[in-house]
Amino acid sequence: MSTLLEIESLETAYGSSQVLFGIDLKIEPSQVVTLLGRNGMGKTTTVRSILGLTRARGGVIRFKGEAVTARSPSDIARRGIGLVPEGRQIFPNLSVKENLVAFASNRSGRAQPWTLERVFELFPRLAERQKNMGNQLSGGEQQMLAIGRALMTNSELLIIDEATEGLAPLIRVEIWNCLKALKAMGQSILVIDKYIQALMEFADHHYLIERGQIGWSGTTADLEAQPELWEKYLGV
Amino acid sequence: MTATFLLEQMLNGLQFGLMLFLLAAGLTLVFGIMNMINLAHGSLYMIGAYLAATAVGYTGSFVAGVLIALAGTAAFGALLESSLLRRFYGRDHLSQVLATFALILILNDGVRMIWGPHAMLVNVPALVSGPIELLPGLHYPAYRLVVIAVGLLVALGLYLLVVHTRIGMRIRAGASNREMANALGGNISGLFTVVFALGAMLAALAGAMLGPVLAVEVGMGESIIILAFVVVVIGGIGSVRGALIGAIVVGCVDTFGRAFLTTILREFSSPTVADNLGPSLASMLIYIVMAAILFWKPRGLFPAQA
Repeated sequence: MSTLLEIESLETAYGSSQVLFGIDLKIEPSQVVTLLGRNGMGKTTTVRSILGLTRARGGVIRFKGEAVTARSPSDIARRGIGLVPEGRQIFPNLSVKENLVAFASNRSGRAQPWTLERVFELFPRLAERQKNMGNQLSGGEQQMLAIGRALMTNSELLIIDEATEGLAPLIRVEIWNCLKALKAMGQSILVIDKYIQALMEFADHHYLIERGQIGWSGTTADLEAQPELWEKYLGV
Repeated sequence: MTATFLLEQMLNGLQFGLMLFLLAAGLTLVFGIMNMINLAHGSLYMIGAYLAATAVGYTGSFVAGVLIALAGTAAFGALLESSLLRRFYGRDHLSQVLATFALILILNDGVRMIWGPHAMLVNVPALVSGPIELLPGLHYPAYRLVVIAVGLLVALGLYLLVVHTRIGMRIRAGASNREMANALGGNISGLFTVVFALGAMLAALAGAMLGPVLAVEVGMGESIIILAFVVVVIGGIGSVRGALIGAIVVGCVDTFGRAFLTTILREFSSPTVADNLGPSLASMLIYIVMAAILFWKPRGLFPAQA
Protein backbone atom coordinates (compact mmCIF):
# COMPACT_ATOMS: atom_id res chain seq x y z
CA MET A 1 0.00 0.00 0.00
CA SER A 2 1.17 3.49 -0.82
CA THR A 3 1.50 6.41 1.56
CA LEU A 4 -1.88 7.73 2.64
CA LEU A 5 -1.06 11.38 3.22
CA GLU A 6 2.10 13.11 2.17
CA ILE A 7 2.78 16.78 2.84
CA GLU A 8 5.82 18.41 1.27
CA SER A 9 7.09 21.89 2.20
CA LEU A 10 3.61 23.23 2.89
CA GLU A 11 3.39 26.99 3.27
CA THR A 12 0.19 28.74 4.30
CA ALA A 13 -0.63 32.34 5.11
CA TYR A 14 -3.65 34.30 6.24
CA GLY A 15 -3.45 37.39 4.09
CA SER A 16 0.00 38.84 4.61
CA SER A 17 0.84 36.91 7.79
CA GLN A 18 2.48 33.62 7.02
CA VAL A 19 1.80 30.82 9.49
CA LEU A 20 3.34 27.71 7.96
CA PHE A 21 6.93 27.77 6.67
CA GLY A 22 7.45 24.41 4.99
CA ILE A 23 5.72 21.56 6.79
CA ASP A 24 6.68 17.98 5.87
CA LEU A 25 4.56 15.14 7.17
CA LYS A 26 3.71 11.58 6.17
CA ILE A 27 1.02 9.14 7.25
CA GLU A 28 1.08 5.49 6.22
CA PRO A 29 -2.08 3.33 6.17
CA SER A 30 -3.18 2.14 9.64
CA GLN A 31 -0.78 4.54 11.35
CA VAL A 32 -1.66 6.89 14.16
CA VAL A 33 0.39 10.04 13.77
CA THR A 34 0.41 13.03 16.10
CA LEU A 35 1.05 16.67 15.44
CA LEU A 36 2.09 18.26 18.72
CA GLY A 37 2.95 21.78 19.70
CA ARG A 38 2.00 24.80 21.72
CA ASN A 39 -0.94 27.01 20.84
CA GLY A 40 -0.47 29.27 17.84
CA MET A 41 2.33 27.20 16.28
CA GLY A 42 0.28 26.23 13.20
CA LYS A 43 -1.37 22.92 14.10
CA THR A 44 -4.89 23.88 13.14
CA THR A 45 -3.64 25.79 10.11
CA THR A 46 -1.98 22.56 8.94
CA VAL A 47 -5.32 20.76 9.30
CA ARG A 48 -7.14 23.55 7.46
CA SER A 49 -4.60 23.38 4.65
CA ILE A 50 -4.92 19.60 4.29
CA LEU A 51 -8.67 19.95 3.82
CA GLY A 52 -8.40 22.98 1.57
CA LEU A 53 -10.29 25.17 4.03
CA THR A 54 -7.36 27.57 3.92
CA ARG A 55 -5.48 27.56 0.62
CA ALA A 56 -1.86 26.52 0.74
CA ARG A 57 0.49 29.16 -0.68
CA GLY A 58 3.22 26.71 -1.51
CA GLY A 59 4.13 23.05 -1.34
CA VAL A 60 2.18 19.92 -2.21
CA ILE A 61 -0.34 17.80 -0.33
CA ARG A 62 -0.87 14.32 -1.76
CA PHE A 63 -3.66 12.05 -0.61
CA LYS A 64 -3.44 8.43 -1.78
CA GLY A 65 -0.79 9.56 -4.26
CA GLU A 66 -2.83 12.33 -5.86
CA ALA A 67 -2.14 16.03 -5.38
CA VAL A 68 -5.15 17.63 -3.72
CA THR A 69 -3.62 21.01 -2.94
CA ALA A 70 -5.89 22.98 -5.25
CA ARG A 71 -9.06 20.96 -4.66
CA SER A 72 -12.19 22.14 -2.87
CA PRO A 73 -12.75 21.04 0.76
CA SER A 74 -15.79 19.02 -0.24
CA ASP A 75 -13.84 17.19 -2.94
CA ILE A 76 -10.87 16.50 -0.64
CA ALA A 77 -13.16 15.19 2.11
CA ARG A 78 -14.96 12.86 -0.28
CA ARG A 79 -11.67 11.31 -1.34
CA GLY A 80 -11.55 9.88 2.18
CA ILE A 81 -10.70 12.34 4.93
CA GLY A 82 -13.00 12.62 7.93
CA LEU A 83 -12.56 15.70 10.10
CA VAL A 84 -13.18 16.02 13.82
CA PRO A 85 -12.61 19.75 14.01
CA GLU A 86 -11.30 21.96 16.76
CA GLY A 87 -14.25 23.20 18.79
CA ARG A 88 -16.31 20.14 17.66
CA GLN A 89 -18.59 22.26 15.44
CA ILE A 90 -21.67 20.14 15.89
CA PHE A 91 -24.63 21.34 13.83
CA PRO A 92 -26.76 22.89 16.58
CA ASN A 93 -30.00 22.81 14.58
CA LEU A 94 -29.74 19.10 13.73
CA SER A 95 -30.58 16.28 16.11
CA VAL A 96 -27.84 13.91 17.26
CA LYS A 97 -29.06 11.29 14.81
CA GLU A 98 -29.26 13.83 11.96
CA ASN A 99 -25.74 15.04 12.72
CA LEU A 100 -24.59 11.46 12.22
CA VAL A 101 -26.51 10.58 9.06
CA ALA A 102 -26.55 13.90 7.14
CA PHE A 103 -23.14 13.35 5.55
CA ALA A 104 -22.78 9.61 6.09
CA SER A 105 -21.35 7.48 3.29
CA ASN A 106 -18.99 4.62 2.70
CA ARG A 107 -16.09 6.49 1.13
CA SER A 108 -13.53 3.76 1.45
CA GLY A 109 -15.97 1.01 0.41
CA ARG A 110 -15.52 -0.92 3.65
CA ALA A 111 -17.02 -4.35 3.94
CA GLN A 112 -18.13 -3.50 7.45
CA PRO A 113 -18.80 0.21 7.36
CA TRP A 114 -19.59 2.36 10.34
CA THR A 115 -23.35 2.55 10.76
CA LEU A 116 -25.64 4.31 13.18
CA GLU A 117 -25.85 1.11 15.23
CA ARG A 118 -22.08 0.68 15.46
CA VAL A 119 -21.54 4.33 16.44
CA PHE A 120 -24.19 3.97 19.14
CA GLU A 121 -22.39 0.82 20.31
CA LEU A 122 -19.14 2.77 20.59
CA PHE A 123 -20.85 5.71 22.33
CA PRO A 124 -23.95 4.44 24.16
CA ARG A 125 -24.48 7.96 25.49
CA LEU A 126 -25.28 9.17 21.97
CA ALA A 127 -27.94 6.50 21.56
CA GLU A 128 -29.71 7.81 24.64
CA ARG A 129 -29.61 11.34 23.30
CA GLN A 130 -30.25 10.68 19.62
CA LYS A 131 -33.38 12.84 19.50
CA ASN A 132 -31.74 15.80 21.27
CA MET A 133 -30.58 18.74 19.20
CA GLY A 134 -26.84 19.26 18.79
CA ASN A 135 -26.80 22.31 21.03
CA GLN A 136 -28.33 20.43 23.96
CA LEU A 137 -25.31 18.20 24.53
CA SER A 138 -22.51 18.50 27.06
CA GLY A 139 -18.98 19.12 25.81
CA GLY A 140 -18.03 15.46 26.13
CA GLU A 141 -21.14 14.31 24.30
CA GLN A 142 -20.49 16.84 21.55
CA GLN A 143 -16.98 15.46 21.19
CA MET A 144 -18.30 11.90 20.88
CA LEU A 145 -20.81 13.13 18.32
CA ALA A 146 -18.08 14.89 16.35
CA ILE A 147 -16.05 11.65 16.28
CA GLY A 148 -19.12 9.61 15.39
CA ARG A 149 -20.02 12.03 12.62
CA ALA A 150 -16.55 11.66 11.11
CA LEU A 151 -16.63 7.85 11.48
CA MET A 152 -19.95 7.74 9.61
CA THR A 153 -18.16 9.01 6.50
CA ASN A 154 -16.03 5.83 6.61
CA SER A 155 -12.93 7.74 5.62
CA GLU A 156 -9.48 6.19 5.29
CA LEU A 157 -7.97 9.02 7.30
CA LEU A 158 -9.43 10.64 10.39
CA ILE A 159 -8.10 14.01 11.44
CA ILE A 160 -8.83 14.73 15.07
CA ASP A 161 -8.06 18.29 16.12
CA GLU A 162 -7.87 19.10 19.86
CA ALA A 163 -10.43 16.47 20.75
CA THR A 164 -9.81 16.64 24.50
CA GLU A 165 -9.64 20.42 24.82
CA GLY A 166 -11.79 21.70 27.64
CA LEU A 167 -13.03 18.27 28.73
CA ALA A 168 -13.04 16.78 32.22
CA PRO A 169 -10.16 14.31 32.89
CA LEU A 170 -12.48 11.27 32.96
CA ILE A 171 -14.04 12.19 29.63
CA ARG A 172 -10.56 12.77 28.20
CA VAL A 173 -9.64 9.21 29.10
CA GLU A 174 -12.82 7.98 27.49
CA ILE A 175 -11.94 9.79 24.25
CA TRP A 176 -8.40 8.36 24.28
CA ASN A 177 -9.75 4.86 24.86
CA CYS A 178 -11.97 5.35 21.88
CA LEU A 179 -8.98 6.40 19.74
CA LYS A 180 -7.11 3.29 20.92
CA ALA A 181 -10.04 1.14 19.89
CA LEU A 182 -10.06 2.80 16.46
CA LYS A 183 -6.32 2.22 16.11
CA ALA A 184 -6.86 -1.47 16.93
CA MET A 185 -9.35 -1.61 14.06
CA GLY A 186 -6.67 -0.34 11.69
CA GLN A 187 -7.98 3.20 11.30
CA SER A 188 -5.39 5.77 10.19
CA ILE A 189 -5.55 8.85 12.37
CA LEU A 190 -3.83 12.21 12.55
CA VAL A 191 -4.19 13.47 16.12
CA ILE A 192 -3.56 17.07 17.06
CA ASP A 193 -3.23 17.51 20.80
CA LYS A 194 -1.16 18.69 23.74
CA TYR A 195 -1.27 15.65 26.05
CA ILE A 196 1.89 13.93 24.94
CA GLN A 197 1.94 11.11 27.51
CA ALA A 198 -1.53 9.87 26.73
CA LEU A 199 -0.80 9.86 23.01
CA MET A 200 2.48 7.98 23.35
CA GLU A 201 0.48 4.99 24.60
CA PHE A 202 -0.89 4.28 21.14
CA ALA A 203 0.54 6.60 18.47
CA ASP A 204 3.20 5.36 16.05
CA HIS A 205 4.86 8.52 14.86
CA HIS A 206 5.11 12.08 16.14
CA TYR A 207 5.71 15.49 14.63
CA LEU A 208 6.62 18.40 16.88
CA ILE A 209 5.74 21.76 15.39
CA GLU A 210 7.21 25.13 16.30
CA ARG A 211 6.52 28.46 14.57
CA GLY A 212 5.11 26.86 11.45
CA GLN A 213 7.91 24.34 10.98
CA ILE A 214 8.40 20.74 11.99
CA GLY A 215 11.16 20.91 14.59
CA TRP A 216 11.46 17.23 15.28
CA SER A 217 9.85 14.01 14.09
CA GLY A 218 10.28 10.43 15.06
CA THR A 219 8.82 7.29 16.57
CA THR A 220 7.23 6.91 19.97
CA ALA A 221 10.37 5.15 21.29
CA ASP A 222 12.55 8.09 20.15
CA LEU A 223 10.21 10.58 21.77
CA GLU A 224 10.02 8.64 25.02
CA ALA A 225 13.79 8.58 25.20
CA GLN A 226 14.09 12.37 24.91
CA PRO A 227 11.93 14.10 27.53
CA GLU A 228 13.89 17.28 26.87
CA LEU A 229 11.95 17.54 23.60
CA TRP A 230 8.69 17.66 25.50
CA GLU A 231 9.93 20.66 27.45
CA LYS A 232 11.25 22.36 24.34
CA TYR A 233 8.18 21.98 22.12
CA LEU A 234 5.32 21.58 24.57
CA GLY A 235 6.48 23.06 27.83
CA VAL A 236 5.69 19.98 29.90
CA MET B 1 -65.84 47.59 11.80
CA THR B 2 -67.63 44.27 11.57
CA ALA B 3 -66.50 40.74 12.29
CA THR B 4 -66.81 39.76 8.65
CA PHE B 5 -64.58 42.66 7.61
CA LEU B 6 -62.05 41.59 10.21
CA LEU B 7 -62.15 38.02 8.96
CA GLU B 8 -61.81 39.18 5.38
CA GLN B 9 -58.74 41.21 6.28
CA MET B 10 -57.28 38.23 8.10
CA LEU B 11 -57.65 36.13 4.98
CA ASN B 12 -56.09 38.91 2.92
CA GLY B 13 -53.19 39.12 5.35
CA LEU B 14 -52.71 35.36 5.31
CA GLN B 15 -52.78 35.27 1.52
CA PHE B 16 -50.26 38.10 1.22
CA GLY B 17 -48.12 36.52 3.93
CA LEU B 18 -48.04 33.13 2.24
CA MET B 19 -46.98 34.67 -1.06
CA LEU B 20 -44.27 36.58 0.76
CA PHE B 21 -43.22 33.26 2.27
CA LEU B 22 -42.73 31.76 -1.20
CA LEU B 23 -40.31 34.57 -1.98
CA ALA B 24 -38.66 34.66 1.42
CA ALA B 25 -38.09 30.89 1.61
CA GLY B 26 -35.73 30.94 -1.35
CA LEU B 27 -34.14 34.18 -0.22
CA THR B 28 -33.45 32.96 3.31
CA LEU B 29 -31.90 29.69 2.08
CA VAL B 30 -29.65 31.44 -0.42
CA PHE B 31 -28.71 34.07 2.17
CA GLY B 32 -28.31 31.54 4.99
CA ILE B 33 -26.46 28.78 3.15
CA MET B 34 -24.46 30.56 0.49
CA ASN B 35 -24.13 33.80 2.50
CA MET B 36 -25.26 35.52 -0.69
CA ILE B 37 -27.47 38.59 -0.84
CA ASN B 38 -29.46 38.15 -4.00
CA LEU B 39 -31.36 41.34 -4.77
CA ALA B 40 -32.34 39.80 -8.10
CA HIS B 41 -34.55 37.25 -6.37
CA GLY B 42 -37.45 39.60 -7.16
CA SER B 43 -36.53 39.38 -10.84
CA LEU B 44 -37.08 35.63 -10.71
CA TYR B 45 -40.53 36.38 -9.30
CA MET B 46 -41.14 38.73 -12.23
CA ILE B 47 -39.87 36.22 -14.76
CA GLY B 48 -42.12 33.57 -13.24
CA ALA B 49 -45.10 35.90 -13.58
CA TYR B 50 -44.31 36.73 -17.22
CA LEU B 51 -43.66 33.11 -18.17
CA ALA B 52 -46.93 32.08 -16.53
CA ALA B 53 -48.91 34.84 -18.22
CA THR B 54 -47.50 33.84 -21.61
CA ALA B 55 -47.82 30.10 -21.07
CA VAL B 56 -51.39 30.43 -19.82
CA GLY B 57 -52.17 32.38 -22.99
CA TYR B 58 -50.61 29.70 -25.23
CA THR B 59 -51.95 26.61 -23.54
CA GLY B 60 -55.30 28.02 -22.43
CA SER B 61 -54.83 26.17 -19.15
CA PHE B 62 -53.93 28.03 -15.98
CA VAL B 63 -52.42 24.99 -14.27
CA ALA B 64 -50.32 24.05 -17.29
CA GLY B 65 -49.17 27.65 -17.62
CA VAL B 66 -48.08 27.84 -14.00
CA LEU B 67 -46.23 24.51 -14.22
CA ILE B 68 -44.37 25.66 -17.34
CA ALA B 69 -43.42 28.88 -15.56
CA LEU B 70 -42.10 26.91 -12.57
CA ALA B 71 -39.96 24.65 -14.72
CA GLY B 72 -38.72 27.54 -16.86
CA THR B 73 -37.78 29.75 -13.94
CA ALA B 74 -36.11 26.89 -12.04
CA ALA B 75 -34.01 26.14 -15.12
CA PHE B 76 -33.18 29.82 -15.54
CA GLY B 77 -32.25 30.04 -11.84
CA ALA B 78 -29.96 27.00 -12.08
CA LEU B 79 -28.28 28.51 -15.14
CA LEU B 80 -27.87 31.89 -13.44
CA GLU B 81 -26.38 30.26 -10.34
CA SER B 82 -23.94 27.97 -12.09
CA SER B 83 -22.78 30.51 -14.68
CA LEU B 84 -22.63 33.75 -12.72
CA LEU B 85 -23.76 33.96 -9.11
CA ARG B 86 -21.57 31.20 -7.67
CA ARG B 87 -18.57 33.37 -8.48
CA PHE B 88 -19.86 35.84 -5.89
CA TYR B 89 -20.30 33.51 -2.88
CA GLY B 90 -16.79 34.21 -1.67
CA ARG B 91 -17.03 37.95 -2.27
CA ASP B 92 -18.17 40.55 0.22
CA HIS B 93 -21.79 41.58 0.47
CA LEU B 94 -21.23 44.90 -1.29
CA SER B 95 -20.02 43.15 -4.45
CA GLN B 96 -23.00 40.81 -4.27
CA VAL B 97 -25.42 43.70 -3.90
CA LEU B 98 -23.84 45.58 -6.81
CA ALA B 99 -23.79 42.54 -9.06
CA THR B 100 -27.33 41.43 -8.34
CA PHE B 101 -28.60 45.00 -8.62
CA ALA B 102 -27.01 45.12 -12.06
CA LEU B 103 -28.80 41.86 -12.76
CA ILE B 104 -32.14 43.47 -11.84
CA LEU B 105 -31.54 46.24 -14.39
CA ILE B 106 -30.47 43.78 -17.07
CA LEU B 107 -33.39 41.43 -16.46
CA ASN B 108 -35.90 44.31 -16.34
CA ASP B 109 -34.68 45.54 -19.72
CA GLY B 110 -34.56 42.00 -21.02
CA VAL B 111 -38.18 41.46 -20.05
CA ARG B 112 -39.11 44.81 -21.59
CA MET B 113 -37.44 43.78 -24.86
CA ILE B 114 -39.26 40.45 -24.99
CA TRP B 115 -42.69 41.32 -23.64
CA GLY B 116 -42.90 45.07 -24.28
CA PRO B 117 -43.44 47.94 -21.84
CA HIS B 118 -47.09 47.33 -21.08
CA ALA B 119 -48.41 45.40 -18.14
CA MET B 120 -49.87 41.98 -18.94
CA LEU B 121 -53.20 40.96 -17.58
CA VAL B 122 -53.93 37.39 -16.61
CA ASN B 123 -57.49 36.21 -16.17
CA VAL B 124 -58.48 34.33 -13.08
CA PRO B 125 -59.22 30.75 -14.13
CA ALA B 126 -62.95 30.46 -14.86
CA LEU B 127 -63.55 27.71 -12.33
CA VAL B 128 -62.55 29.93 -9.41
CA SER B 129 -63.41 33.35 -10.81
CA GLY B 130 -66.42 34.00 -8.60
CA PRO B 131 -66.75 34.69 -4.92
CA ILE B 132 -67.54 32.02 -2.38
CA GLU B 133 -69.80 32.64 0.58
CA LEU B 134 -67.63 31.45 3.46
CA LEU B 135 -69.98 32.63 6.16
CA PRO B 136 -73.36 34.30 5.90
CA GLY B 137 -72.51 37.78 4.62
CA LEU B 138 -68.83 36.99 3.97
CA HIS B 139 -68.17 36.65 0.28
CA TYR B 140 -64.53 35.99 -0.53
CA PRO B 141 -62.94 35.58 -3.97
CA ALA B 142 -62.48 31.87 -4.63
CA TYR B 143 -59.17 32.47 -6.41
CA ARG B 144 -57.68 34.07 -3.31
CA LEU B 145 -58.62 30.95 -1.36
CA VAL B 146 -56.77 28.91 -3.99
CA VAL B 147 -53.73 31.12 -3.46
CA ILE B 148 -53.94 30.51 0.29
CA ALA B 149 -54.28 26.75 -0.25
CA VAL B 150 -51.30 26.64 -2.62
CA GLY B 151 -49.23 28.64 -0.13
CA LEU B 152 -50.11 26.32 2.73
CA LEU B 153 -49.40 23.21 0.62
CA VAL B 154 -46.00 24.50 -0.43
CA ALA B 155 -45.20 25.39 3.19
CA LEU B 156 -46.09 21.84 4.20
CA GLY B 157 -44.04 20.38 1.35
CA LEU B 158 -41.03 22.51 2.23
CA TYR B 159 -41.37 21.51 5.86
CA LEU B 160 -41.32 17.83 4.90
CA LEU B 161 -38.34 18.39 2.60
CA VAL B 162 -36.30 20.35 5.13
CA VAL B 163 -37.15 18.35 8.25
CA HIS B 164 -37.54 14.81 6.99
CA THR B 165 -35.09 14.29 4.13
CA ARG B 166 -31.34 13.98 3.95
CA ILE B 167 -31.16 16.89 1.51
CA GLY B 168 -33.06 18.88 4.11
CA MET B 169 -30.56 17.91 6.82
CA ARG B 170 -27.72 19.04 4.59
CA ILE B 171 -29.52 22.30 3.84
CA ARG B 172 -29.93 22.96 7.56
CA ALA B 173 -26.36 21.88 8.27
CA GLY B 174 -25.11 24.20 5.53
CA ALA B 175 -27.19 27.06 6.90
CA SER B 176 -25.78 26.71 10.41
CA ASN B 177 -22.14 25.96 9.56
CA ARG B 178 -21.27 26.12 5.89
CA GLU B 179 -17.59 25.41 6.37
CA MET B 180 -18.15 22.28 8.43
CA ALA B 181 -20.75 20.98 5.96
CA ASN B 182 -18.13 21.52 3.28
CA ALA B 183 -15.39 19.82 5.27
CA LEU B 184 -17.63 16.78 5.70
CA GLY B 185 -17.89 16.49 1.93
CA GLY B 186 -21.43 17.76 1.50
CA ASN B 187 -20.99 18.39 -2.24
CA ILE B 188 -21.88 21.92 -1.43
CA SER B 189 -21.70 23.39 -4.91
CA GLY B 190 -24.21 20.86 -6.24
CA LEU B 191 -26.44 21.48 -3.25
CA PHE B 192 -26.20 25.23 -3.84
CA THR B 193 -27.45 24.91 -7.41
CA VAL B 194 -30.36 22.75 -6.26
CA VAL B 195 -31.25 25.20 -3.48
CA PHE B 196 -31.01 28.16 -5.81
CA ALA B 197 -33.20 26.51 -8.44
CA LEU B 198 -35.72 25.58 -5.75
CA GLY B 199 -35.76 29.19 -4.51
CA ALA B 200 -36.25 30.43 -8.08
CA MET B 201 -39.14 28.01 -8.52
CA LEU B 202 -40.85 29.21 -5.35
CA ALA B 203 -40.41 32.85 -6.40
CA ALA B 204 -41.91 31.96 -9.78
CA LEU B 205 -44.85 30.29 -8.07
CA ALA B 206 -45.54 33.49 -6.13
CA GLY B 207 -45.30 35.53 -9.34
CA ALA B 208 -47.54 33.14 -11.26
CA MET B 209 -50.17 32.92 -8.53
CA LEU B 210 -50.26 36.68 -7.99
CA GLY B 211 -50.43 37.38 -11.74
CA PRO B 212 -54.24 37.48 -11.83
CA VAL B 213 -54.37 39.58 -8.64
CA LEU B 214 -51.71 42.17 -9.48
CA ALA B 215 -50.51 43.53 -12.77
CA VAL B 216 -47.67 41.59 -14.38
CA GLU B 217 -45.23 44.37 -15.16
CA VAL B 218 -41.56 45.28 -15.26
CA GLY B 219 -40.34 46.26 -11.82
CA MET B 220 -42.93 44.20 -9.94
CA GLY B 221 -40.11 42.36 -8.18
CA GLU B 222 -38.50 45.40 -6.61
CA SER B 223 -41.58 46.44 -4.68
CA ILE B 224 -41.95 43.07 -3.02
CA ILE B 225 -38.31 42.03 -2.55
CA ILE B 226 -37.76 44.60 0.22
CA LEU B 227 -40.65 43.08 2.15
CA ALA B 228 -39.20 39.62 1.55
CA PHE B 229 -35.89 40.76 3.06
CA VAL B 230 -37.79 42.11 6.06
CA VAL B 231 -39.35 38.65 6.42
CA VAL B 232 -35.94 36.95 6.22
CA VAL B 233 -34.47 39.22 8.89
CA ILE B 234 -37.48 38.87 11.20
CA GLY B 235 -37.59 35.10 10.82
CA GLY B 236 -33.86 34.54 11.24
CA ILE B 237 -31.48 34.15 8.32
CA GLY B 238 -31.46 30.61 6.95
CA SER B 239 -34.57 29.41 8.75
CA VAL B 240 -37.50 28.24 6.63
CA ARG B 241 -39.74 28.04 9.68
CA GLY B 242 -38.74 31.59 10.57
CA ALA B 243 -39.55 32.68 7.02
CA LEU B 244 -43.06 31.20 7.30
CA ILE B 245 -43.83 32.83 10.65
CA GLY B 246 -42.14 36.09 9.64
CA ALA B 247 -44.04 36.21 6.34
CA ILE B 248 -47.40 35.73 8.02
CA VAL B 249 -46.51 38.38 10.61
CA VAL B 250 -45.48 40.84 7.91
CA GLY B 251 -48.45 39.98 5.69
CA CYS B 252 -50.97 40.44 8.51
CA VAL B 253 -49.36 43.53 10.04
CA ASP B 254 -49.18 45.22 6.65
CA THR B 255 -52.75 44.32 5.70
CA PHE B 256 -54.20 45.22 9.08
CA GLY B 257 -52.28 48.47 9.22
CA ARG B 258 -53.65 49.57 5.89
CA ALA B 259 -57.17 48.44 6.73
CA PHE B 260 -57.59 49.63 10.28
CA LEU B 261 -54.99 52.19 11.30
CA THR B 262 -56.84 55.24 9.99
CA THR B 263 -60.06 54.14 11.67
CA ILE B 264 -58.28 53.52 14.94
CA LEU B 265 -56.53 56.89 14.82
CA ARG B 266 -59.85 58.63 14.26
CA GLU B 267 -60.85 57.49 17.73
CA PHE B 268 -57.99 59.44 19.27
CA SER B 269 -57.55 62.47 17.03
CA SER B 270 -59.28 64.70 14.53
CA PRO B 271 -60.31 63.09 11.22
CA THR B 272 -57.87 65.22 9.21
CA VAL B 273 -54.92 64.18 11.33
CA ALA B 274 -56.02 60.56 11.21
CA ASP B 275 -56.48 60.62 7.44
CA ASN B 276 -53.03 62.08 6.95
CA LEU B 277 -51.21 60.07 9.57
CA GLY B 278 -52.95 56.72 9.06
CA PRO B 279 -51.65 55.73 5.62
CA SER B 280 -48.09 56.90 6.23
CA LEU B 281 -47.97 55.14 9.58
CA ALA B 282 -49.43 52.02 7.95
CA SER B 283 -46.62 51.88 5.41
CA MET B 284 -44.07 52.22 8.22
CA LEU B 285 -45.72 49.70 10.47
CA ILE B 286 -43.84 46.57 9.39
CA TYR B 287 -40.52 48.36 9.81
CA ILE B 288 -41.55 49.37 13.31
CA VAL B 289 -42.48 45.75 14.02
CA MET B 290 -39.18 44.59 12.54
CA ALA B 291 -37.23 47.02 14.74
CA ALA B 292 -39.16 45.83 17.79
CA ILE B 293 -38.53 42.15 17.02
CA LEU B 294 -34.85 42.76 16.38
CA PHE B 295 -34.61 44.71 19.62
CA TRP B 296 -35.61 41.64 21.62
CA LYS B 297 -34.40 38.97 19.19
CA PRO B 298 -31.41 40.47 17.36
CA ARG B 299 -30.93 37.33 15.27
CA GLY B 300 -34.56 36.94 14.34
CA LEU B 301 -37.27 34.68 15.69
CA PHE B 302 -35.69 31.36 14.72
CA PRO B 303 -31.93 31.86 14.18
CA ALA B 304 -30.40 29.00 12.20
CA GLN B 305 -26.80 29.91 12.86
CA ALA B 306 -24.99 29.03 16.02
